[in-house]
Amino acid sequence: MPAHDVLIIGAGLAGQRAALAAADAGATVAIMSKVHPVRSHSVAAAGGINAAINVADDWRSHAYDTVKGSDFLGDQDAIEIMCSEAPGEVMHLEHIGVTFHRNETGELDLRAFGGASMKRTAYVADITGQAILHVLYEQLMKYHERVDRYEEWFTTSLVLDDSGACIGVVARDVRTGAMETFSAKNVILASGGAGQCFKPTTNGLICTGDGIAQAYRAGAPIMDMEMIQYHPTTLVENGFLITEGARGEGAHLLNANGERFMEKYAPNKMELASRDVVSRAEQTEINEGRGVGPDGAGIYLDITVVPKKRTLEALREIVNIGKDFAGVDITAEPITIRPGQHYIMGGVKTDIDGQVPGVPGLYAAGEVACVSVHGGNRLGANSLLDTLIFGRRSGEHAAARAASMSMPTAPDAQMQHDADMMAAIISREAGPSSRRISEIKDELGTTMNANVAVFRDEAKLQHALEVVRRLKEESKTAYIDDRGTVFNQDVLGAIELGYMLDVSETIVLAAIERKESRGAQFRTDYPERNDDEWLKHIDLTRNGDGEAQISYSEVTFTQWQPEERKY
Amino acid sequence: MAEATEFTLRLRRYDPESGAAPYWDEHTIELEPHRSVLEAILQARARFDGSIGIRCSCRAAICGSCGVRINGRPGLACHTHLDEAQRRAKDGVIEVEPMGNMPVIKDLIVDMDAVHWKKIHRVTPWLINKEPIPEREYVVPRESMVDITQSMACIQCGACVSDCMSMEVDPLFVGPAASAKAYRFVGDPRDAQQFERLQDLAEDPHGIYDCTHCFKCIDACPKGVAPMSQIMRLRRRAGTDHHIKDRNNGERHESAFVTLVRDYGMLHEAELLPRSYGGDSWFGKFHPKAGAELLDSLPSITRAVMRGKVTPKLALMGHKIPSNDLKSVKRIYKKVEGRDERLELNLYITGYDEDVEGAQTPPAVAAAGDGQHSAEPGQPGQNPEGSPSR
Repeated sequence: MPAHDVLIIGAGLAGQRAALAAADAGATVAIMSKVHPVRSHSVAAAGGINAAINVADDWRSHAYDTVKGSDFLGDQDAIEIMCSEAPGEVMHLEHIGVTFHRNETGELDLRAFGGASMKRTAYVADITGQAILHVLYEQLMKYHERVDRYEEWFTTSLVLDDSGACIGVVARDVRTGAMETFSAKNVILASGGAGQCFKPTTNGLICTGDGIAQAYRAGAPIMDMEMIQYHPTTLVENGFLITEGARGEGAHLLNANGERFMEKYAPNKMELASRDVVSRAEQTEINEGRGVGPDGAGIYLDITVVPKKRTLEALREIVNIGKDFAGVDITAEPITIRPGQHYIMGGVKTDIDGQVPGVPGLYAAGEVACVSVHGGNRLGANSLLDTLIFGRRSGEHAAARAASMSMPTAPDAQMQHDADMMAAIISREAGPSSRRISEIKDELGTTMNANVAVFRDEAKLQHALEVVRRLKEESKTAYIDDRGTVFNQDVLGAIELGYMLDVSETIVLAAIERKESRGAQFRTDYPERNDDEWLKHIDLTRNGDGEAQISYSEVTFTQWQPEERKY
Repeated sequence: MAEATEFTLRLRRYDPESGAAPYWDEHTIELEPHRSVLEAILQARARFDGSIGIRCSCRAAICGSCGVRINGRPGLACHTHLDEAQRRAKDGVIEVEPMGNMPVIKDLIVDMDAVHWKKIHRVTPWLINKEPIPEREYVVPRESMVDITQSMACIQCGACVSDCMSMEVDPLFVGPAASAKAYRFVGDPRDAQQFERLQDLAEDPHGIYDCTHCFKCIDACPKGVAPMSQIMRLRRRAGTDHHIKDRNNGERHESAFVTLVRDYGMLHEAELLPRSYGGDSWFGKFHPKAGAELLDSLPSITRAVMRGKVTPKLALMGHKIPSNDLKSVKRIYKKVEGRDERLELNLYITGYDEDVEGAQTPPAVAAAGDGQHSAEPGQPGQNPEGSPSR
């Protein structure tokens, strides 16, 4: 049986950074991912990474912007760590080979980004996530003798011992269908977000909330689940992401009357207000009949005001996306966008070293986790930073913890259970009352997007809860077509659907619970922020009957008290 | 917005567990014409057959998972429009197969580890830092980072590997993707071992001189990485900048092409071998290795003559072009070779569709090593307009 000091699930930025840090700290390390590491969704992060590296900047300014962006729900101890360690992390990335854009004097160039009080976003054209991900993978190849890679292995469960500590995982080799139990002193979840709960979404098809659901099922607390980020600029038709870098470079948002409507909503920051603010402004314009395009469901993003040479150099990817996926030359005409699901601020609750409270040996980092540095709303270019800082901290902490432990032996019972569960799915027959997995997934995404989006209210949320619970029942008899073992993506899709349904239910429950408007959660029936009652996190844990238990935890304050939030 | 239309897909299926041979499987789906082939496959999978195997995630040409062959041409399924794929189809049915040059695991899924990633590993694909490592960032020319961003833009999809003709003949050829990866370090001023990297790839008989300039990888690449152009840049760095005379005679062979065209306006086949060994000098014809190579090459020369690819007269006497044309050729050489610095076109700097701004803004000058006095023409073909999908 494979056994490692530190076993990392997920090989995006958080996972790879954790693996390298744990290996540097002397641990035996393995990294496991259901896709090849460079396919991880970190690859799609476009705009950049925030760090106060300009000598005129200060990490405290970055921290304050982040706190304000979070609508004061972010935990300030974690935010201080993230922002103060950011410059060192960006320099580390530069040293291992990330090809950050330079200014005329050959130093790192910085671009403007939403919600930031100064230019502090380092970038590689608009492929920053890809560039960092591929450079980390270069390092993993360099570390090939020190980090074992299980590429295209699908994790099905966490394994706990009798005391409730995490001692390994069960996984399936996608290529052969073989099941295996892995023992580990520590498991770091770095398996990303859950965007596929929504349709459309900017997230890849692999973002199915696996880690959040696995931890939740293992009894770990999850937090801030109601905080779902809608990105202001996604293509109307298919939800593809247009980077915030476009607005960072100066692009305008225009309504049907050709007005830069952001001056009504955020007169100072205009298009570069934080994402929740811009998305709400756009949705308001659309709802009030000033949208553009078919059904007036969109807003114009006008990139033609950016010099063409600059667009071709620094926004190359969206030039291609415009051309290939919307038939628009963004250097010559505006492109039609709208708010679209993009990111989940919530996730598996952790401390500042990535440790999950109540489950010794379990860590989480990146989008799967909730430290919480993003609180009610994440600033653009803070997500890459979050993955790297807390990925590294988790890796280092887990390696140190492993040094004083003996290797546990994960029993095979869970593997048998998971193998039986998969065999049962494979053997289900299509019946008159059973549905296809793909139909359920489609209904889930459409329902979530219609009811748990930018503007929410009790009736919509209750309707969503009803649908999610019905779909959960239907998924128990849903059938698949593939009966094979080699690359049976069909059966894995059924397991992913289970993860998505669990995660969706917690999102809706938390959104119902929070009876105020803060950050990404806007309740039209409770339109005000209510610090007296709701300046707190909503935690969810699963009890023995599989039901969600709601509790609250305090927001950590260090130096910034809540104030009115204006941009 | 366009109406949903019916499209028929013909998918190459292979089930490794059945013991049966690969077969074709047809599905008709309904989508707007500008939607992608991937969306069509996903619709077929969702509605009709969940067992269709294809790797995919982002749907937006950034994760690099869905490399396939569509109507015989490699590319990303998510980056190919249905209407265009149908136009290129021989019988109106869009044919989708797994990529070439790599073993098939199931349906459209190939074993990239066995070929692609092995080759990436071959080029020492990590930065070897110049010491000392500065406290803050390395201060490097702005252009150098923009320059290597073109090869950083590679998403490791394997489309270029799929149809590499040299790899078909020599499976050991390091290939287009790994070469582009190598240029990412050779062009990186922070790397300490540019010479060693170049020497390694020049001396390897399956290295950079194994490429035959067929342009297929440039056509295949969905991201405008232009792998062949990166290979040519590696050659220029190796031969011209670092004076690496490889034992495979690749560098001299290439320069023989260049000087022959300068002298005759066209290729002079009979002169090629002697010049490749003996250089421009007349006595070079008697280089012993040239004789040996000539003997060695007789069978292929004979085949070429028999197939009419060369005629003995033209091969021996050389092609003749009108003297004015020859003068024009020489003028081009004079202009290019007379430049103080070598101009390297770069996608990120020049854009892609036209050269409107080129008049005001000269292309970037590659931040290369020493000895950049010889000049080379800019590279052709860095034009994603020519890629199969758009």
